[in-house]
Amino acid sequence: MIWFGSWHLFRPNLDAQVGSGLRLAAIAASSLVLLIVSFLAHESWPAISSLGSRMVTDASWHPSAKASEGTFGMWPIVVGTLVVTGGAVMLASPLGVVSAVFAEFYAPPHVAVMFRGLIELLAGIPSVVFGLWGLMVLAPLIARVSPPGQSLLAGVVIVTLMILPTVMLVTGSALESVPRERVRGAVALGMGRFAVIRHVVIPGARAGIVTGMLLGATRAMGETMAVLMVCGNVVKIPRGVFDPVRTLTANMALEMGYALDLHRSALYTSGLALLVTSMGLVACAQWLGRES
Amino acid sequence: MSKRLHGIVCLILLAAGCGRELPSDPNIMPGLSSTLEITGSSTIAPLASEIGKRFEDEHRGRIRVNVQMGGSSRGIADARSAMADIGMVSRDLNLDETDLKHFELARDGVCIILHADNPVRELSREQVAGLFTGKIRNWNEVGGSDADVIIVNKAEGRSTLEVFTEFFRITPQQIVADIVIGDNEQGVKTVSTLVHAIGYVSVGTAQYDRDAGVPIRLLGIDGVEASVATVADGTFPMSRTLNWVTKDEPTGWTRLFIEFSTSPAQHDLVRELAFVPSES
Repeated sequence: MIWFGSWHLFRPNLDAQVGSGLRLAAIAASSLVLLIVSFLAHESWPAISSLGSRMVTDASWHPSAKASEGTFGMWPIVVGTLVVTGGAVMLASPLGVVSAVFAEFYAPPHVAVMFRGLIELLAGIPSVVFGLWGLMVLAPLIARVSPPGQSLLAGVVIVTLMILPTVMLVTGSALESVPRERVRGAVALGMGRFAVIRHVVIPGARAGIVTGMLLGATRAMGETMAVLMVCGNVVKIPRGVFDPVRTLTANMALEMGYALDLHRSALYTSGLALLVTSMGLVACAQWLGRES
Repeated sequence: MSKRLHGIVCLILLAAGCGRELPSDPNIMPGLSSTLEITGSSTIAPLASEIGKRFEDEHRGRIRVNVQMGGSSRGIADARSAMADIGMVSRDLNLDETDLKHFELARDGVCIILHADNPVRELSREQVAGLFTGKIRNWNEVGGSDADVIIVNKAEGRSTLEVFTEFFRITPQQIVADIVIGDNEQGVKTVSTLVHAIGYVSVGTAQYDRDAGVPIRLLGIDGVEASVATVADGTFPMSRTLNWVTKDEPTGWTRLFIEFSTSPAQHDLVRELAFVPSES
């Protein structure tokens, strides 16, 4: 406030005005989230009340507008979401951490800058471009090994590419925030570069690294367009990486425009489930971030 | 006010290619806003909404077009009970439905597509049904090369799936899919990258993409070539009409809307949604 002292003296109301304006904007932004959640809850209620656990236990996903005629088993789709997300996080985490360590400690400064620039570029590529590349290039390549090509593997690879920047950039800033005194102390004790990274820097940045992974996971879970284009979208629990899968997001995107009544409501329920899960992940990430 | 209305109506009629006189209709009250309720087939609903938006723009807030989905049977029921001004029915009318007036809006044709390098040139109805239900798993059983068939199916709820399964007398539950796709364009892209795939998409999209050089082949049915022309003239068997239905001879806004929607000026919207404009 000291720097703005002169402003303050001459225009005593300004601060209050700006403050109330900002408060209003903050309330609007946060109530929007609540509005979305309550809308989702409202729209999913018919399915939750009349289908209940059938959405998990039904043998297949052949929804129709009436409960008596359709089957609403979403379990394979839930599994699809989990394996695509899990696979992508499992691939992107080591890759992201290794590249962050490289950029931070091994690469010469100009290479590090270029490398980071490239990764940031990767983060900026629209999801539909990844999808198109996956559909036209990656999936046919996989099909040569084991048809049909549009598969869990293709989805995991594409989503890995998409969340890699998140994991790497968050990890990078976590590595940076490890106090330099600790690093210097370790070096002074005669530890080599790898030993310092392995035993001082990475343990010190652990919370940040996990945060990066969790944020990556939320992004992976929410990814729709690219996944829809490369995963094959068959509603079946995959038995291998070459089997097609359908994720919850792809399911909504595929069917929402054509769904009626209960079918529609069941899709909203899956949206609600996704939202709650990603809220949980974000909360975890924040909690870990605070701990560090 | 009525002068402006006069002008607009004339414009519409001119655009419709028929220079008829203004309908001196007491049901259109100038200056009063009213709502046109349209219910029925989810196939037609997206097209109806688009046309509805244009119609609203033409009449600047004096008419609201309200489109609700609920299936062709609801379209019939609502039109009959006058719950809706216009019903949407995505099939030919049954004999017991001839009490309703119907107006053909467009045609919807679906064809089988293969990769251009697939040696198979034609498939019988039984063969197609066998392929999609998993009874035929290798192309050599239907005269192709020795390779597993990749079945490309449509997602639940799509009208193409409905037309396809009805035509080949199979149910969506019977189809053993390897890949499930959303829109027609995704289907064409998928089949064009997989030599051993078979899929089905709307004829309009398939023909457009093939002519643009995408390596796919459109299979005819029962010896009839799959093309926009054969769909438009009704000879292509795997096709159906998209109809408006009304209880009585339409008047007022209803009549204006039906004339507006079937005029050549809306053909771009019809094609955009992968349907074929009706020949009229």
